[in-house]
Amino acid sequence: MHEVSIAQEIIEIVKDYLPKNNHVSVKSVRVEIGEFSNILPDALSFGFKVLTNITDMKDTELIISKVPLTVKCRDCENISILDEPFFFCHSCESANVEILTGTELKVIEIELND
Amino acid sequence: MSLITVERKILEKNDEIANINREKFRFKGMFTLNLVSSPGSGKTSLIEQTIKILKGKLNIAVIEGDVQTNLDAQRIDALGVSVVQIVTNGACHLDAMLVRDAFQKLINIDINLLFIENVGNLVCPAAYDLGEEMKVVIISTTEGDDKPLKYPAIFRNSEVLVINKIDLIPYVNCNIDTIIMNALSINSGLKIFEVSCTSMEGINEWCEYLLYKVKSQ
Repeated sequence: MHEVSIAQEIIEIVKDYLPKNNHVSVKSVRVEIGEFSNILPDALSFGFKVLTNITDMKDTELIISKVPLTVKCRDCENISILDEPFFFCHSCESANVEILTGTELKVIEIELND
Repeated sequence: MSLITVERKILEKNDEIANINREKFRFKGMFTLNLVSSPGSGKTSLIEQTIKILKGKLNIAVIEGDVQTNLDAQRIDALGVSVVQIVTNGACHLDAMLVRDAFQKLINIDINLLFIENVGNLVCPAAYDLGEEMKVVIISTTEGDDKPLKYPAIFRNSEVLVINKIDLIPYVNCNIDTIIMNALSINSGLKIFEVSCTSMEGINEWCEYLLYKVKSQ
């Protein structure tokens, strides 16, 4: 339920890239959301829509790229893609694994309408 | 059309302030814990019982987070310990800015051990670094043994699991070995304590661990 806070942070970051005193509209914002980040994409899109609704960004599209949860085994160095968050190496079944991807919460790029 | 590469963390502002908080806490020689659980698992009770045992040995302070009321702060204040209540007015988690502002009220107090009690919620607090040394996740036996599987992020992001209300095991449909097995499948490095804040079982072991952590800080 913190998707609205996350949407607000995205908007604040986008504002940093808009030229001052110059009306440029933002076509889209692309974000990366990890599968293990506790963010529901639909709720994030909804939060973004609500927060931008009466602003210059009301037509801005939020594009969400999901990033799978992957772990690297510290014992055998195998990289596993985890469909469910059970943290075991798929090769040697060790629990001694570190997360490589899947916790991302990032703004990747912004597209402006010139 | 022009494309601008950004590549910035959405929570960068929070993380930056959390790092400043952590430096400040360490500089003061404090060991800081972020306590996370569902509502009603016993975060405040665990803090109360810990205070009763460690009060003579450590200088303890508490930052309480709740959506409404200062009821928790009143409970801590009754034990003669410095406490600041954050009321989030609806927000489902604490963030680093709220903790920074609350800590201003504790800045002149000598503290070894700081508890930050998060808003009761197993989802959102997992994403927010407050500047703590470690997150402690608490579940109680009345919640059932499947909770680690349902809320994996907080179990993965915590270093310690406290299982509370073990005195109620005979009366509830909960297998403690299943809780532990499920929790370790998410995070094999979890340090686990089994306690009851009512019967006080296991509280001494938890307090010994905290003493050790504060001294080796």
